[in-house]
Amino acid sequence: MPRVPILRFGPTLIATVQEDLYDRDALELQEALTTELERSGARGVLLDVSIVETVDSYLGRVLRDIALGARLLGAHTVVVGIQPAVAVTLVELGLELQGVRTALNPEKGLAVLQRLYRTDRAQRGASRGR
Amino acid sequence: MAAELQLPIAGEPDIVAARQAAREVAKRLCFGMVDQSRIATAVSELTRNVVRYATDGRGRVVIREVAAPARKPGIEIVVADDGPGIADVGEAMRAGVTSGAGLGMGLPGTKRLMDEMDIDSGPGRGTMISIRKWQR
Repeated sequence: MPRVPILRFGPTLIATVQEDLYDRDALELQEALTTELERSGARGVLLDVSIVETVDSYLGRVLRDIALGARLLGAHTVVVGIQPAVAVTLVELGLELQGVRTALNPEKGLAVLQRLYRTDRAQRGASRGR
Repeated sequence: MAAELQLPIAGEPDIVAARQAAREVAKRLCFGMVDQSRIATAVSELTRNVVRYATDGRGRVVIREVAAPARKPGIEIVVADDGPGIADVGEAMRAGVTSGAGLGMGLPGTKRLMDEMDIDSGPGRGTMISIRKWQR
């Protein structure tokens, strides 16, 4: 049983990252999300980290790698719920999660994903019209 | 002076155990949320270095309250191992967090999270890193 269950909600995969994941659990999450993206053809990933009190450079890199990997599979990633104390720590640590979209909470994160899906559809429509 | 807490490091679960213990002590010493996060994260970085790079991934952590004249109490965490040691501490401190794998990776970031960091290391004689944060 993975420590981070992955839910499917329409075109979006949702994972709530548990507090104090061991390194191998974080890697397992990365692999499971990638597998599920490929299997389901989902177009977005919402990663909720609101109960995570400690994001060190390892977990930060895994979050970034999940977003980069999802992008290669044609999906968007939004990390939501970063605690203020964690945000300050990540900046001081020198790990600003470049290239990772973030939102304050799951609701706002889903709104970001909906916007991105619409943009994708518009672009696909435009390229078909040419 | 409060008793000190000693924890062994022998694998990944001990990274989590050590940072949880450090956070608990920081909380007890009335550090705020941001400082608790800084301290827990710094301990996570240092203990992960031990698990990844020390001989057999083994080492130890000591967490204690510290006092200094004309200062509010502070927390000190000492992370030590008998691993290969850091050949060039200066170079390890210049390297960025993203500069790739290797001993001492992430040390500059860890230092930024704390008020003080001392590194005692050399080839073949292990590594002992002490970090401190003082209440403001």
